[in-house]
Amino acid sequence: MIRAQSLSKRFGDKRVLDGLDLAVPRGGFVLVTGPNGSGKTTLLRLCAGLAAPTDGELEVDTPRGAIGFLGHEPLLYRELTALENLDLYGRLYRLPERRERSGAMLERFGLWRARNERAGTFSRGMMQRLALCRTFLHEPDLLLLDEPFDGLDAEGAELLHAELVERTATALVATHDPEALARRATARIALA
Amino acid sequence: MSGYAADVAALARKDLLLELRSRDTLPAMLLFVVSALTVFRFALPAGSSARAETGLLWIAIVFTALLGLGRAFAAEREEGALDGLVLAPCDRSAIWLGKTIGVTAFLVLAELVALPAFALFFHPLSWELVVAVALADVGIAAIGTLLAALAAASRARELLLPLMFLPLVVPVVIGGVGASVAVNPASFLGFLGLYDAVFVILCWASFEYVVTE
Amino acid sequence: MSTWSRNRNAALAIAATGLLVGGLALAFFWAPEDANQGFSQKIFYIHVPIALTAYACFAAGAWKALRLLWTRERRYDLESYTAIHMGVIFGLLTLVTGSIWAKVSWGQWWTWGERQLVLFLILFLFYSSYFMLRYSTDPGPRRERNSAVYALFGVVLIPVSFLAVRIAGTILHPTIFTHNGANLPGTMLVSFCVSLAGMLTLAATLYHVELAGKRIDASLRELRELLA
Repeated sequence: MIRAQSLSKRFGDKRVLDGLDLAVPRGGFVLVTGPNGSGKTTLLRLCAGLAAPTDGELEVDTPRGAIGFLGHEPLLYRELTALENLDLYGRLYRLPERRERSGAMLERFGLWRARNERAGTFSRGMMQRLALCRTFLHEPDLLLLDEPFDGLDAEGAELLHAELVERTATALVATHDPEALARRATARIALA
Repeated sequence: MSGYAADVAALARKDLLLELRSRDTLPAMLLFVVSALTVFRFALPAGSSARAETGLLWIAIVFTALLGLGRAFAAEREEGALDGLVLAPCDRSAIWLGKTIGVTAFLVLAELVALPAFALFFHPLSWELVVAVALADVGIAAIGTLLAALAAASRARELLLPLMFLPLVVPVVIGGVGASVAVNPASFLGFLGLYDAVFVILCWASFEYVVTE
Repeated sequence: MSTWSRNRNAALAIAATGLLVGGLALAFFWAPEDANQGFSQKIFYIHVPIALTAYACFAAGAWKALRLLWTRERRYDLESYTAIHMGVIFGLLTLVTGSIWAKVSWGQWWTWGERQLVLFLILFLFYSSYFMLRYSTDPGPRRERNSAVYALFGVVLIPVSFLAVRIAGTILHPTIFTHNGANLPGTMLVSFCVSLAGMLTLAATLYHVELAGKRIDASLRELRELLA
């Protein structure tokens, strides 16, 4: 699914990833841990194809449309409502029955009542929930999640936990709290 | 509607919807173009030629476009939405085309006010001028959108965009002014059409490289 | 720098000096004086080769840019940058020598009727912004690609602007000044070609020296970072 060999990424003179080897098998659920600035976000962006490695090899055999990426930012439009945001992504991912899917997704993450409110008015936690809806909307085969529990309240965290336990997609999850997903994880890697 | 056209339509629709809701850009463009024409009225000495007046109209159009282009990717920069579009399975050139359609729409709307205002303040419009403005809009929007994406990836975006944009639109101004004042406007209109074709193709083909690494 | 590239640079420098001195000597002592413009026409042997060399540099920069986008090989970024850097220097020289010629021929430092000059002004402004783009984008693949796309716009802008300035010249400014370029007598043509070859070799020399300098700079930065 994902195979990296002596993967390096530099930003200007700053070396963020240095010779990382990594293998995430199909169906694997790999946790990435490490202190701030250790390159967790960068690793996920490289895997998503949003950034190019400086050195080394990276192979991700999932097509772009089958990747679910949850970034540092929610990747949403503040001036669109929750439903409109999901509808736009539904169109771009060419999903059948995108209205029903969007509605079901919003319901699952407890945003149905706020479906017609602009994303810009959302609290941090609601924004994260909407970003999760966007990530899962197209039933991705590969999940790349960057601190998915960030900003979520207890209820939100529980919903996400249930969602991750239920899904069979391959996953690479950057987190500073590996214990929350310890039982679901098949492997862990620590970045320094 | 084929997949590509549907993507473009969804993206352009999104831009129009955003503008309809936030009303950030278009009112500013309208106000700016009328203010600019007012300032130009007093910048010209009394009894200036129609040629000079037409030239100033073109300057007003270019700078109004610049004003709108400066905000072209504003909504995408917030909350990282551009990454979301780049990750979507659609062809990346659709992002450029959708955005270009939106920018062209704003420009045309601004000109629907600017051209009558120009006729009122200065002198009546000729059909050549109107055709030239319509042709110029396409090229300006196409190049402007691509450059706005280049500028958005830099630190000095507001500064950089006009610096890159103005040398590239010198030919548009030459063609536009020529079409408005020359005795044989056809060659200038033809030139504007050629400019549009060349740069639309170039922008369409190269946008993918601007938003990916 | 390897011995080979040092030798090559030295050979290029010697060739450039020889060709330029030879070209100028031919231009001043062998080629006949122009019937209309007299002695001042001699600047033609400097100005036009410089202008053509600038075009060659911009074209080389765009070619390297295209290679970068095709192959993703990072070395093309520095090569494209260096070629455009040289193009801007020769472009500036074109503006200067063109101004001098305009002053001598028509008594004005600047004339909008002189197409080549107007075209180079547009290109100079365009490529100066190339540096702005580079300096204000963080180094990395994004900058390499954005610079390459901008460089490609440059080679498209050259013919488009050429056409624009041409039609503007014929209709907006009815007076056209032309330099007798097409039907040169044999001696003039030979002198001109030698000068052109000299200027191109000079550009190649400067390109290689500057590229080596920029590469050393880059390796030095990497080294410093490794030591840090």
